[in-house]
Amino acid sequence: MSDPVLMLRNTALSLDGNAGRVDILHDISMDVPRGETLGLVGPSGSGKSSLLMLMGGLEQATGGSVKALGQELTQMNEDALARFRRDHMGVVFQSFHLIPTMTALENVATPLELAGTNDAFDRARAELAAVGLDHRADHYPSQMSGGEQQRVALARASVTRPDILLADEPTGNLDGTNGAAIMDLLFGLRDRHGATLVLVTHAAELAARCDRVIRLADGRIADQQAQAAE
Amino acid sequence: MSLAISARFARRELRAGLNGFRIFLACLALGVAAIAAVGSVRTAIEAGLEREGAALLGGDAEMDFTYRFATDEERAWMEQTANRVSEIVDFRSMAVVEQNGATERALTQVKGVDAAYPLLGDVVLEPAMPLNEALADYGAVMERVLADRLGLQVGDTFRLGTQKLTLRAILVREPDSAAGGFGLGPRTLVKTKSLAFAELLAPGTLFNSQYRLELAEDVDLNAVQFQARGRFEDSGMRWRDSRNGAPGVARFVERLGAFLVLVGLSGLAVGGVGVSAAVRAYLATKTSVIATLRTLGADRRTIFQTYFIQIGALSLVGIFIGLVLGAMVPVLLAPVITAQLPIPAVFTIYPAPLVEAALYGLLTAFIFTLWPLARAEEVRAATLFRDALSRAQLLPSKRYLVITAVALAALVSLAGWFSGTWRLTLWTAGGIAFALGLLTLSAIFVRWLSRRGARVVRSPALRWALAAISGPREGAASVVLSLGLGLSVLAAVGQIDGNLRNAISGNLPSVAPSYFFVDIQKDQMPGFSERLDNDAAVSRVDSAPMLRGVITKINGRPAREVAGNHWVIRGDHGVTYSTAIPDNTRLLAGEWWPEDYSGPPLISFAAEEAEEMGLKLGDEMTVNILGRDITGTIASFREVDFSTAGIGFILAMNPGALAAAPHTFISTVYAEPDAEAQILRDLASAFPNITAIRVRDAIQRVADVLAGVAAATSYGAATTLLTGFLVLIGAAAAGTGARTYEAAVLKTLGASRKRILISFALRAALLGLAAGLVALAAGIAGGWAVSRFVMETDFAIIWSNALTIITGGVFATLLAGLAFAWGPLAARPAQVLRARE
Repeated sequence: MSDPVLMLRNTALSLDGNAGRVDILHDISMDVPRGETLGLVGPSGSGKSSLLMLMGGLEQATGGSVKALGQELTQMNEDALARFRRDHMGVVFQSFHLIPTMTALENVATPLELAGTNDAFDRARAELAAVGLDHRADHYPSQMSGGEQQRVALARASVTRPDILLADEPTGNLDGTNGAAIMDLLFGLRDRHGATLVLVTHAAELAARCDRVIRLADGRIADQQAQAAE
Repeated sequence: MSLAISARFARRELRAGLNGFRIFLACLALGVAAIAAVGSVRTAIEAGLEREGAALLGGDAEMDFTYRFATDEERAWMEQTANRVSEIVDFRSMAVVEQNGATERALTQVKGVDAAYPLLGDVVLEPAMPLNEALADYGAVMERVLADRLGLQVGDTFRLGTQKLTLRAILVREPDSAAGGFGLGPRTLVKTKSLAFAELLAPGTLFNSQYRLELAEDVDLNAVQFQARGRFEDSGMRWRDSRNGAPGVARFVERLGAFLVLVGLSGLAVGGVGVSAAVRAYLATKTSVIATLRTLGADRRTIFQTYFIQIGALSLVGIFIGLVLGAMVPVLLAPVITAQLPIPAVFTIYPAPLVEAALYGLLTAFIFTLWPLARAEEVRAATLFRDALSRAQLLPSKRYLVITAVALAALVSLAGWFSGTWRLTLWTAGGIAFALGLLTLSAIFVRWLSRRGARVVRSPALRWALAAISGPREGAASVVLSLGLGLSVLAAVGQIDGNLRNAISGNLPSVAPSYFFVDIQKDQMPGFSERLDNDAAVSRVDSAPMLRGVITKINGRPAREVAGNHWVIRGDHGVTYSTAIPDNTRLLAGEWWPEDYSGPPLISFAAEEAEEMGLKLGDEMTVNILGRDITGTIASFREVDFSTAGIGFILAMNPGALAAAPHTFISTVYAEPDAEAQILRDLASAFPNITAIRVRDAIQRVADVLAGVAAATSYGAATTLLTGFLVLIGAAAAGTGARTYEAAVLKTLGASRKRILISFALRAALLGLAAGLVALAAGIAGGWAVSRFVMETDFAIIWSNALTIITGGVFATLLAGLAFAWGPLAARPAQVLRARE
């Protein structure tokens, strides 16, 4: 097995809320090797989304270490983390988070523009075509269905050819048919570009497609099991 | 990351339209429009004064002498320099009418003219006739207000001094009326030679002679002025020319304009609160977009630039709308404004006031939007799945605080520079800052109090209202700040105006004299005193010799070099002499001269003014009296109180220095109001040349002028309040979504629409009451500070004004609140709740 793409050691996360301090994750240690598909499962409030956000540098750990591609994310400031994501990561959310004032094409081109890529729009158009939405390029998010919006989000996450793809319940807001189509696309993109995929999901059939599944309970790793690749 | 990318993102965001920015644009546009309009009107009047300078002055140039006519030498120089010369004599007198056994008297400002008058412009009479014809054979014309007061018809006769004159026509317009400045009585026009035997222009009486010069077209005014000043200025001659035909009016317009612009700046500050609230509300809706951009790799700078460009572009739109309004409204209303103005104005679009207003608008928008924009860059990517903004810092980073402070300093400096009144600018800026600080603290206190109150109150409607006010969504801070600041300005203006009026009219009768009598000849003094000494109704008579003098030099140097532009140096002032210290005088330094003193001239000077001018005992001062320089040594400083309207002389000398010069006496008479009329009748009959100035009338005249100023200021303050109301509407509109949801939940739980409406009305009224109360406190504090330190008058709270402010506050919020209550009340709960899922 190659060097791990993601490496967490004794990672903890606590947040100060209005009702006081809440401990969300405790003593998480794990490695994610390059090219692996990892499923994070567990009941609501178990901390799986928070763990995914720590891996993406969207949340800062309050204890332990989080390394991505050998770099310590806990040592980076917000801007350094933003640049790191821009260059190495793609994130897909349950509620899509497309920018409502931008068309599908502009949404997909945004990370390339932020990276200063010259052919941002050509590449974005190609990526939209890859998810079957080239005919909707000039449509705004509000003019598209949930499934179409999530496909745009997928295109946006993969257009930079990231090393790591993070997906937070990407089918959570979609019906069964659309959900299955999105998962096919997601795994297809991963297979084509060879990215490492970390996926938070409630769906058993989705988890079943992953190389490995980690189950979280009360902010700790309850168990993990490797699965035979399909 | 490059600015180009930020600009591209900003453009995409702006494609969504101006929805949510209407209040932002209105606040900025209204504030800028008010300042631009005031500046444009001011510039229009200044342009009018400049264009009509010669007509206003009544000639290309004027030489003015106090207390005397021009000498032969001066007259010869004028004849030699000018194509034509016109001589005018200006003084106060009593117009007397005897009809059917009754005698009517009224103070009038008399202008004696020669055949050449007016050199420029036309005198308009009713019935229409040439002026020379009307004034021939002891004819006269007077303003209608004076003729009506005296019951005179055209053809009737009246007296000035001992001279009988016939009223030939009503004076409708004199071309040079604005040049004369503030007169205490309406105008009477007469030929100077008709007054030869009126006993009004005896040596020592108070009059001004003015010589209007018509110069050749190619004459260099600068050169002529230089020549005249060089030859005659030391003799008390004052020079004016067509470049500044009505300096008094010009100065007044400039100052009033500057003051109104400062009031306008308060309006812009109120607008700034609205602008800030609108930007905050906009950025709140953009939190997920910002967080998404952060997830995709946008750094803080890109985020800040993206929204800075958007808000900057919108600010430019708002400022542009304001400039168009501010430039066009005065031009469109030109016929109405011109009809109201007693002075000429040239209405067109002037760039300078528009640039000034635009700069104010830009800086205000920058100051009030920087803070919320700075917070936008604090939005973290994690906000997408957790409300991380609530954990953001209250204050932006130090960099933005420093930039805000610099911009604020620039705004205040700009206002000070443009208005030319640093003191007033700093007072205004301090007042606004104080009011904003007080209002911010009050908003926090109101929310705290509401939170406490909601726990103990039993009425559900009131409890909901209090809970809503204490929560983050009702916009308590915005309402209290915007409405409060608008009402504070209005309250402060109301308190200052009311106290000034009280100081002028209300407080004086207990201490002020009934009459000033001027131009009493020395030989008339015994008879004058005798009439008053034997009258039980007269409590006090103060008399003093009075001459007029101009301070020309201090310690051998020109006075202006030593004392700058102090008011004592400008123009002529009363000078007196006295053997002994007057009864009511207190010496603060030095000594009064001995009764038999006969040495070189000694001076006793007013202590406060001496300190302001930097004078000290032993300084030498040269005073020009009747064209003759008298140099004396300052021997003492004494307290002079001008506020009691009694006799107060800045400068007193020993009798030996002045007694030989021709002069008259001035006298103040303190009498019972019932006896005033009889005293006037007796004295005026016995001494026809004496002029009586009724103090109450003079005060009324000053009060009338002030009423005009107060009205103009109130319009300015009203614009501020209107902006405040706009912000209020913005806050009410912004809260509609939250109220709709709240109403839906309450209805689901069984609350009636009436109950919900009462709750909505209560929260609006309570916020209005809070804003009104705080505004009152801030307004009273501001009014007190200005009255006490700027106007130097006593201060008492004007309660009628205060109660109006509070009622206005409650009424305004209630109106705005209820206007936006109908939507939430009418919405069906199922729709609202489903939309939330």
